[in-house]
Amino acid sequence: MDKNIKMKAQDINFFYGKHQALKDVNIDIYVNKVTALIGPSGCGKSTFIRLFNRMNELIPHTTLKGTVSLDNTDINASSIDPVQIRRRVGMVFQKPNPFPKSIFENISYGLKVNGIKDLDFIEEKVVKSLKRAALWEEVKARLNESALKLSGGQQQRLCIARCLAVESEVILFDEPCASLDPVSTAKIEELILELKRDYTIVIVTHNMQQAARVADYTGFFLLGELIEFGKTQDIFTAPKDKRTEAYITGRFG
Amino acid sequence: MERHFDAELKDLNNDILKIGTLAQEAIYRSIESLKDRDKDMAKSVIENDKKIDELELVIDEKCLDLIARHQPMAKDLRFITTGMKLNNELERIADIAVDIAQRVFELADKPLLKPLVDIPQLTTIAQDMVKTAIDAFIKGDIELARKVLLADSEADRLRNSIQQELIDEYMVKDGSTSPRAVQLLLIARFLERICDHATNIAEDIIYMVKAQVVRHHPERL
Repeated sequence: MDKNIKMKAQDINFFYGKHQALKDVNIDIYVNKVTALIGPSGCGKSTFIRLFNRMNELIPHTTLKGTVSLDNTDINASSIDPVQIRRRVGMVFQKPNPFPKSIFENISYGLKVNGIKDLDFIEEKVVKSLKRAALWEEVKARLNESALKLSGGQQQRLCIARCLAVESEVILFDEPCASLDPVSTAKIEELILELKRDYTIVIVTHNMQQAARVADYTGFFLLGELIEFGKTQDIFTAPKDKRTEAYITGRFG
Repeated sequence: MERHFDAELKDLNNDILKIGTLAQEAIYRSIESLKDRDKDMAKSVIENDKKIDELELVIDEKCLDLIARHQPMAKDLRFITTGMKLNNELERIADIAVDIAQRVFELADKPLLKPLVDIPQLTTIAQDMVKTAIDAFIKGDIELARKVLLADSEADRLRNSIQQELIDEYMVKDGSTSPRAVQLLLIARFLERICDHATNIAEDIIYMVKAQVVRHHPERL
C-alpha cells in the first residue's frame, strides 16, 4: 500500500437492518492531510466516518461488508482490539462531550485507562496536550474545575486534547463546529490545520466553506454513494460530476 | 432549483454584456473617426470612456459583493472570476480605442501618408475577435473562443507587415514622413493589443466553461 495512505476503505457496503446506508464506497485517507466528507443530511457521511474507528459496531443490527484498514491492517480483524483502534483513531463529535470531571481528569482519564500510573508522566502529558490543543492559556489556572464550566468551543478543544493525550494517529471530526460560534469555529479550524502536521484528519462537515478552508481532499456523498473524491481545490472549482456541482452551488433539490 | 443568487448572476452577466457593447462601440467609432478624419467623433470616444470606467468599477464591486456574500463555488465561482477578468479586459480595450482616437487629432489635419489597406484589414480582425469573444461568453461556446485564439497569429502577422512597410518605405526613405508614420505605427500596435485582449477573454471563457487553464499553455487547446 502507498505509504502516504494512512487509512483505506475498500468496497464498503453498510446496512442498518435491511436499509443499505453505504454502497460500494472506496476511499484512501492520506497521512498528514485533512480529508473532508460533505453531502446532504442522510447521505451516509457520518455512518462512513464512524467505520474508521469501529463506532458503528456499537449499534445493534448493523452489517458491514468490505475492509477498513489502518496502516495496512484490517481494523475489523478478529485479532484486533477495538479499544486500541479507538485510541489510535480518536473522534471528536458534533456536540462536545467532556466527562463530568475536572479539566485535568478529562485528559488524564484516557492515560489511566491505558494503564499509565506515573503521575509525573501524566501531568506532563496533560499540559502538553492542552498546549497542543491551544487551550492551555485559557485553563492553566483552573485545571481542577469542572470541564462542564468551559464554553462550547473550549469543551471541543478539550475533547481534541483528549485524543492528543492518548497519542491518536488519526482524528475523526464529526461536524465539530456545528454548535460553535464563528470565533470558536475559527479556532478549531486553525487547530485542525496546525494538527495535520502530526496527525491524519478526517472531518465530516455541512459547512462547505469549512471544507474548502481546511481540507486537502474532499469527498462528496449522496444517497450512500461516494460520488466524487479529489483534491479540495478541484472539487470546489471544477467538480467533474454534475451532482457534485449541483450540491456545492446550492442548486440541489 | 432557481436561486435568488441566479438573478444576481444574470444581472452581472447583463453588465458584462453592456461593457462589452460599449467597448465594441468605442473601437468602431475610433476607427471611423480615423477613416473619416472626424475629430468630433474622436472626441466623443474620449468622452464616452468615462462611462465605461464607471461601469468597470460598478462591475468590480458587484463581483466582490457576490463573492463576499455568497462564497460561490464551482461554475458560479468560475463565472464571477471570469466576469471580473472580462470586465478589466473590456475596459482596457475601450482605453485603447481612446488611444486610437487621440491619434486622430495628430493625423486629421495632415495629408494622408498612404492609402490605408492593411490597417483596415487589421481593424476588421480586431473587431471580429472582440465580437466573437463576447459571443463565446454569451453562449458559453468554447469553439468560438478557440476561433478567437486562432485568429491572433494573423493579427500579429499583419501588424509586423504594417510596421515593416512604414519603416522601410517611409521612415527610412523620407524622414519628413516619420511623424505621420509613427502615428500609423502606433495605431497598428493598438489594434494588435486589442486582439491580445480578445485572446485573453477567449482563454478566460475556456476556463469558465471547461475549468481548463489554457493561458500560457497553447498545447492544451
